[in-house]
Amino acid sequence: MMYKARVEVGLRSGHSDPEGETTARSLIELGYCVKSVAVSKIYLIILEADSEEEAKTNLEDMCRRLLANPTKDHYTFQVETAK
Amino acid sequence: MTPHKARACILRVGGTNCDAETKRACHKSGIEAEIVHSRELAKSQALLSYDFLIIPGGFSYGDYVRAGAIWAKELRAKLGKDLEKFVEDERPILGICNGFQVLIEAGLLPQIEGISVYPQAALGTNMPPGYNCRWIHLSHVGKGNCVFTKNVDANSVLKIPVAHSEGRFMFARRNEDKYIKKLLDEDQLVFRYCRRDGQYADGEYPFNPNGSFFDIAGICNSYGTVFGLMPHPERAYHRWQLPDWTETGLEPSYGDGKLIFDSVADYLEKRF
Repeated sequence: MMYKARVEVGLRSGHSDPEGETTARSLIELGYCVKSVAVSKIYLIILEADSEEEAKTNLEDMCRRLLANPTKDHYTFQVETAK
Repeated sequence: MTPHKARACILRVGGTNCDAETKRACHKSGIEAEIVHSRELAKSQALLSYDFLIIPGGFSYGDYVRAGAIWAKELRAKLGKDLEKFVEDERPILGICNGFQVLIEAGLLPQIEGISVYPQAALGTNMPPGYNCRWIHLSHVGKGNCVFTKNVDANSVLKIPVAHSEGRFMFARRNEDKYIKKLLDEDQLVFRYCRRDGQYADGEYPFNPNGSFFDIAGICNSYGTVFGLMPHPERAYHRWQLPDWTETGLEPSYGDGKLIFDSVADYLEKRF
Protein backbone atom coordinates (compact mmCIF):
# COMPACT_ATOMS: atom_id res chain seq x y z
CA MET A 1 0.00 0.00 0.00
CA MET A 2 1.11 3.54 -0.67
CA TYR A 3 0.70 6.14 2.03
CA LYS A 4 1.02 9.90 2.00
CA ALA A 5 2.44 11.55 5.11
CA ARG A 6 2.79 15.15 6.20
CA VAL A 7 5.56 15.52 8.76
CA GLU A 8 6.03 18.79 10.63
CA VAL A 9 9.27 19.47 12.50
CA GLY A 10 9.57 22.58 14.67
CA LEU A 11 11.52 23.87 17.63
CA ARG A 12 10.55 22.69 21.10
CA SER A 13 9.10 25.42 23.26
CA GLY A 14 11.68 27.12 25.41
CA HIS A 15 14.32 27.24 22.68
CA SER A 16 14.81 30.56 20.95
CA ASP A 17 13.71 30.68 17.35
CA PRO A 18 15.86 33.31 15.59
CA GLU A 19 14.14 32.79 12.23
CA GLY A 20 10.71 33.16 13.80
CA GLU A 21 11.70 36.24 15.80
CA THR A 22 13.21 37.94 12.75
CA THR A 23 10.13 37.14 10.67
CA ALA A 24 7.85 38.46 13.42
CA ARG A 25 9.80 41.74 13.56
CA SER A 26 9.51 42.11 9.80
CA LEU A 27 5.75 41.45 9.82
CA ILE A 28 5.30 43.99 12.63
CA GLU A 29 7.26 46.54 10.60
CA LEU A 30 4.89 45.87 7.71
CA GLY A 31 2.05 46.95 9.98
CA TYR A 32 0.60 43.60 11.11
CA CYS A 33 -0.38 43.03 14.71
CA VAL A 34 1.80 39.92 15.06
CA LYS A 35 2.61 38.57 18.53
CA SER A 36 4.97 35.76 17.57
CA VAL A 37 6.10 33.54 14.71
CA ALA A 38 7.35 29.96 15.00
CA VAL A 39 9.09 28.42 12.01
CA SER A 40 8.57 24.73 11.16
CA LYS A 41 9.61 22.50 8.29
CA ILE A 42 7.04 20.38 6.46
CA TYR A 43 8.04 17.15 4.73
CA LEU A 44 5.52 15.55 2.37
CA ILE A 45 6.49 11.91 2.14
CA ILE A 46 5.09 9.14 -0.02
CA LEU A 47 5.99 5.75 1.39
CA GLU A 48 5.12 2.14 0.93
CA ALA A 49 4.04 -0.04 3.86
CA ASP A 50 1.89 -3.12 4.50
CA SER A 51 -0.43 -1.23 6.84
CA GLU A 52 -1.05 2.23 8.26
CA GLU A 53 0.42 0.99 11.52
CA GLU A 54 3.66 0.04 9.77
CA ALA A 55 3.72 3.38 7.94
CA LYS A 56 3.42 5.19 11.28
CA THR A 57 6.19 3.10 12.83
CA ASN A 58 8.47 3.90 9.90
CA LEU A 59 7.63 7.62 10.07
CA GLU A 60 8.34 7.69 13.80
CA ASP A 61 11.72 6.12 13.07
CA MET A 62 12.44 8.60 10.24
CA CYS A 63 11.73 11.50 12.57
CA ARG A 64 13.92 10.16 15.35
CA ARG A 65 16.80 9.13 13.11
CA LEU A 66 16.98 12.03 10.66
CA LEU A 67 14.20 14.59 10.36
CA ALA A 68 14.29 15.89 13.94
CA ASN A 69 17.01 16.39 16.53
CA PRO A 70 15.34 15.49 19.85
CA THR A 71 17.51 18.04 21.65
CA LYS A 72 15.67 20.96 20.09
CA ASP A 73 12.91 19.69 17.79
CA HIS A 74 9.43 18.31 18.22
CA TYR A 75 7.56 16.59 15.42
CA THR A 76 4.07 15.54 14.44
CA PHE A 77 2.79 13.66 11.42
CA GLN A 78 -0.44 12.63 9.73
CA VAL A 79 -0.78 9.66 7.39
CA GLU A 80 -3.40 8.83 4.81
CA THR A 81 -3.70 6.34 2.01
CA ALA A 82 -2.23 7.73 -1.19
CA LYS A 83 -4.65 7.85 -4.10
CA MET B 1 60.91 -3.05 8.92
CA THR B 2 59.67 0.42 7.97
CA PRO B 3 58.16 2.23 10.99
CA HIS B 4 54.40 2.80 10.74
CA LYS B 5 53.61 6.28 9.50
CA ALA B 6 50.29 7.58 10.82
CA ARG B 7 47.83 8.44 8.06
CA ALA B 8 44.90 10.80 8.14
CA CYS B 9 41.70 10.43 6.14
CA ILE B 10 40.04 13.72 5.27
CA LEU B 11 36.49 12.87 4.27
CA ARG B 12 34.45 14.82 1.79
CA VAL B 13 31.05 14.74 0.14
CA GLY B 14 29.23 17.15 -2.15
CA GLY B 15 29.28 20.56 -0.44
CA THR B 16 32.50 20.01 1.53
CA ASN B 17 34.80 22.97 0.82
CA CYS B 18 37.59 23.02 3.42
CA ASP B 19 39.26 19.71 2.60
CA ALA B 20 42.20 21.20 0.67
CA GLU B 21 43.19 23.73 3.36
CA THR B 22 42.85 21.02 6.00
CA LYS B 23 45.11 18.69 4.03
CA ARG B 24 47.69 21.43 3.62
CA ALA B 25 47.61 22.16 7.37
CA CYS B 26 48.07 18.44 8.12
CA HIS B 27 51.05 18.17 5.79
CA LYS B 28 52.65 21.28 7.26
CA SER B 29 52.36 19.70 10.73
CA GLY B 30 53.92 16.48 9.44
CA ILE B 31 50.72 14.41 9.14
CA GLU B 32 50.33 12.34 6.00
CA ALA B 33 46.78 12.96 4.80
CA GLU B 34 44.59 12.12 1.87
CA ILE B 35 41.17 13.33 0.80
CA VAL B 36 38.68 10.49 0.39
CA HIS B 37 35.07 10.68 -0.72
CA SER B 38 32.72 9.38 1.94
CA ARG B 39 31.09 6.91 -0.45
CA GLU B 40 34.47 5.65 -1.63
CA LEU B 41 35.34 4.91 1.99
CA ALA B 42 31.99 3.20 2.53
CA LYS B 43 32.66 1.04 -0.51
CA SER B 44 36.24 0.15 0.41
CA GLN B 45 35.42 -0.23 4.15
CA ALA B 46 38.97 0.98 4.72
CA LEU B 47 38.36 3.33 7.65
CA LEU B 48 40.41 1.21 10.02
CA SER B 49 43.45 1.47 7.75
CA TYR B 50 43.71 5.12 8.86
CA ASP B 51 44.88 6.48 12.20
CA PHE B 52 43.19 9.87 12.13
CA LEU B 53 39.81 10.89 10.70
CA ILE B 54 38.94 14.47 9.81
CA ILE B 55 35.49 15.72 8.85
CA PRO B 56 36.17 19.16 7.41
CA GLY B 57 34.04 22.24 6.99
CA GLY B 58 31.56 23.05 4.25
CA PHE B 59 27.90 22.57 3.56
CA SER B 60 27.55 18.81 3.18
CA TYR B 61 24.48 17.86 1.18
CA GLY B 62 23.52 21.51 1.02
CA ASP B 63 22.83 21.61 4.79
CA TYR B 64 19.44 20.08 3.96
CA VAL B 65 17.31 18.84 6.90
CA ARG B 66 19.83 20.30 9.40
CA ALA B 67 23.50 21.13 8.94
CA GLY B 68 25.49 17.91 9.08
CA ALA B 69 22.48 15.65 9.67
CA ILE B 70 22.42 13.75 6.37
CA TRP B 71 26.15 13.06 6.33
CA ALA B 72 26.07 12.00 9.99
CA LYS B 73 23.34 9.45 9.44
CA GLU B 74 25.10 8.18 6.32
CA LEU B 75 28.34 7.67 8.24
CA ARG B 76 26.57 5.84 11.06
CA ALA B 77 24.67 3.64 8.62
CA LYS B 78 27.63 2.75 6.39
CA LEU B 79 30.63 2.86 8.73
CA GLY B 80 28.90 2.39 12.09
CA LYS B 81 30.88 -0.50 13.59
CA ASP B 82 34.22 0.69 12.19
CA LEU B 83 33.52 4.19 13.50
CA GLU B 84 32.84 2.81 16.96
CA LYS B 85 36.04 0.75 16.81
CA PHE B 86 37.94 3.85 15.66
CA VAL B 87 36.71 5.71 18.76
CA GLU B 88 37.38 2.75 21.09
CA ASP B 89 40.95 2.49 19.73
CA GLU B 90 41.38 6.15 20.74
CA ARG B 91 42.29 7.06 17.18
CA PRO B 92 41.66 10.80 16.90
CA ILE B 93 38.65 12.28 15.09
CA LEU B 94 38.47 15.99 14.31
CA GLY B 95 35.27 17.73 13.20
CA ILE B 96 35.64 21.31 12.04
CA CYS B 97 32.51 23.49 11.65
CA ASN B 98 30.30 21.28 9.43
CA GLY B 99 32.39 18.40 10.74
CA PHE B 100 31.45 19.37 14.31
CA GLN B 101 27.80 19.43 13.25
CA VAL B 102 28.28 15.93 11.81
CA LEU B 103 29.89 14.62 15.02
CA ILE B 104 27.01 16.01 17.10
CA GLU B 105 24.34 14.64 14.76
CA ALA B 106 26.11 11.26 14.61
CA GLY B 107 26.11 10.97 18.42
CA LEU B 108 29.94 10.89 18.49
CA LEU B 109 29.91 14.02 20.63
CA PRO B 110 29.41 14.85 23.43
CA GLN B 111 29.24 11.12 24.37
CA ILE B 112 27.51 11.76 27.68
CA GLU B 113 27.25 8.01 28.21
CA GLY B 114 29.29 6.82 25.25
CA ILE B 115 28.29 7.03 21.59
CA SER B 116 24.57 7.72 21.33
CA VAL B 117 22.02 6.60 18.74
CA TYR B 118 20.27 9.97 18.80
CA PRO B 119 21.99 13.38 19.17
CA GLN B 120 22.48 14.58 22.74
CA ALA B 121 23.16 18.17 21.70
CA ALA B 122 22.41 20.42 18.74
CA LEU B 123 24.06 23.20 16.77
CA GLY B 124 21.07 25.37 16.00
CA THR B 125 20.47 28.50 13.95
CA ASN B 126 22.72 31.36 15.07
CA MET B 127 21.41 33.95 17.45
CA PRO B 128 21.39 36.60 16.02
CA PRO B 129 20.36 34.76 12.87
CA GLY B 130 22.41 34.68 9.72
CA TYR B 131 25.74 33.58 8.40
CA ASN B 132 28.54 34.84 10.58
CA CYS B 133 32.08 34.99 9.23
CA ARG B 134 34.52 36.75 11.58
CA TRP B 135 37.64 36.36 13.66
CA ILE B 136 36.78 35.52 17.24
CA HIS B 137 38.67 34.77 20.45
CA LEU B 138 38.65 31.43 22.20
CA SER B 139 39.56 30.72 25.78
CA HIS B 140 41.27 27.37 26.20
CA VAL B 141 39.48 25.95 29.23
CA GLY B 142 40.63 22.35 28.74
CA LYS B 143 42.84 20.93 31.47
CA GLY B 144 44.92 18.53 29.43
CA ASN B 145 42.50 15.77 28.39
CA CYS B 146 42.02 16.79 24.75
CA VAL B 147 44.78 15.46 22.49
CA PHE B 148 44.16 18.31 20.05
CA THR B 149 45.16 21.02 22.52
CA LYS B 150 48.15 19.52 24.33
CA ASN B 151 50.32 22.28 22.87
CA VAL B 152 47.91 25.04 23.89
CA ASP B 153 48.68 26.69 27.22
CA ALA B 154 45.98 26.50 29.90
CA ASN B 155 43.68 29.53 29.90
CA SER B 156 45.39 31.03 26.85
CA VAL B 157 43.38 32.98 24.27
CA LEU B 158 43.42 31.88 20.64
CA LYS B 159 42.33 33.88 17.62
CA ILE B 160 40.62 31.74 14.96
CA PRO B 161 37.81 32.59 12.50
CA VAL B 162 34.27 31.20 12.44
CA ALA B 163 32.09 30.97 9.33
CA HIS B 164 28.67 29.41 9.82
CA SER B 165 24.96 30.02 10.24
CA GLU B 166 24.16 27.00 12.42
CA GLY B 167 26.60 27.03 15.30
CA ARG B 168 24.53 27.73 18.40
CA PHE B 169 25.51 24.91 20.73
CA MET B 170 22.63 23.73 22.87
CA PHE B 171 21.48 20.92 25.11
CA ALA B 172 17.85 20.09 25.74
CA ARG B 173 16.79 22.53 28.48
CA ARG B 174 16.07 19.72 30.94
CA ASN B 175 19.62 18.36 30.52
CA GLU B 176 21.63 21.59 30.60
CA ASP B 177 22.79 21.41 34.22
CA LYS B 178 23.55 17.70 34.15
CA TYR B 179 25.39 17.72 30.84
CA ILE B 180 27.48 20.82 31.45
CA LYS B 181 28.55 19.34 34.79
CA LYS B 182 29.58 16.17 32.96
CA LEU B 183 31.62 18.15 30.41
CA LEU B 184 33.38 20.05 33.18
CA ASP B 185 33.94 17.02 35.43
CA GLU B 186 35.38 14.93 32.60
CA ASP B 187 37.46 17.75 31.07
CA GLN B 188 35.45 17.67 27.83
CA LEU B 189 34.91 21.41 27.54
CA VAL B 190 37.85 22.66 25.46
CA PHE B 191 37.10 26.11 24.02
CA ARG B 192 34.73 28.88 25.09
CA TYR B 193 34.10 32.08 23.16
CA CYS B 194 35.68 35.02 24.95
CA ARG B 195 36.80 38.63 24.59
CA ARG B 196 40.29 39.63 23.57
CA ASP B 197 41.37 39.71 27.24
CA GLY B 198 40.12 36.18 27.92
CA GLN B 199 36.96 37.15 29.77
CA TYR B 200 34.14 34.80 28.71
CA ALA B 201 31.71 36.28 26.20
CA ASP B 202 28.78 35.48 28.50
CA GLY B 203 26.52 35.16 25.47
CA GLU B 204 27.27 38.66 24.25
CA TYR B 205 27.46 39.16 20.49
CA PRO B 206 29.82 39.37 18.63
CA PHE B 207 32.24 37.83 21.14
CA ASN B 208 29.95 34.82 21.22
CA PRO B 209 29.07 34.86 17.49
CA ASN B 210 26.10 32.48 17.56
CA GLY B 211 24.44 32.50 20.99
CA SER B 212 25.97 29.19 22.09
CA PHE B 213 25.01 27.93 25.52
CA PHE B 214 27.82 28.52 28.05
CA ASP B 215 29.84 30.15 25.21
CA ILE B 216 30.72 26.65 24.00
CA ALA B 217 32.93 26.67 20.89
CA GLY B 218 34.61 23.25 21.08
CA ILE B 219 34.23 20.03 23.06
CA CYS B 220 35.80 16.56 23.12
CA ASN B 221 34.76 13.13 24.33
CA SER B 222 35.93 11.79 27.68
CA TYR B 223 38.97 10.09 26.05
CA GLY B 224 39.96 13.46 24.61
CA THR B 225 40.31 11.91 21.16
CA VAL B 226 37.09 13.01 19.42
CA PHE B 227 37.12 16.78 19.11
CA GLY B 228 34.68 19.13 17.41
CA LEU B 229 34.77 22.90 17.14
CA MET B 230 32.95 25.56 15.15
CA PRO B 231 36.01 27.79 14.45
CA HIS B 232 38.32 26.87 11.57
CA PRO B 233 41.90 26.18 12.75
CA GLU B 234 42.96 25.40 9.16
CA ARG B 235 42.10 29.00 8.26
CA ALA B 236 44.37 30.35 10.99
CA TYR B 237 47.44 28.27 10.28
CA HIS B 238 49.72 30.32 8.03
CA ARG B 239 50.82 33.87 8.70
CA TRP B 240 49.31 35.07 5.45
CA GLN B 241 45.86 33.86 6.51
CA LEU B 242 45.78 36.27 9.46
CA PRO B 243 43.81 39.49 8.96
CA ASP B 244 46.63 41.72 10.20
CA TRP B 245 49.62 40.05 8.59
CA THR B 246 50.52 42.98 6.36
CA GLU B 247 50.63 45.31 9.38
CA THR B 248 52.48 42.96 11.68
CA GLY B 249 55.12 42.01 9.15
CA LEU B 250 57.07 38.91 10.09
CA GLU B 251 55.36 38.31 13.44
CA PRO B 252 53.82 35.94 14.26
CA SER B 253 55.15 33.24 11.98
CA TYR B 254 52.00 31.14 12.24
CA GLY B 255 48.44 31.51 13.40
CA ASP B 256 46.93 29.80 16.43
CA GLY B 257 45.32 27.06 14.33
CA LYS B 258 48.74 25.45 13.95
CA LEU B 259 48.71 24.52 17.65
CA ILE B 260 45.74 22.19 17.07
CA PHE B 261 47.38 20.33 14.17
CA ASP B 262 50.76 20.17 15.91
CA SER B 263 49.14 18.77 19.05
CA VAL B 264 47.45 15.92 17.22
CA ALA B 265 50.62 15.30 15.18
CA ASP B 266 52.51 14.77 18.45
CA TYR B 267 49.79 12.43 19.69
CA LEU B 268 49.89 10.41 16.47
CA GLU B 269 53.67 10.13 16.61
CA LYS B 270 53.61 8.83 20.19
CA ARG B 271 50.54 6.65 19.82
CA PHE B 272 50.98 4.96 16.42
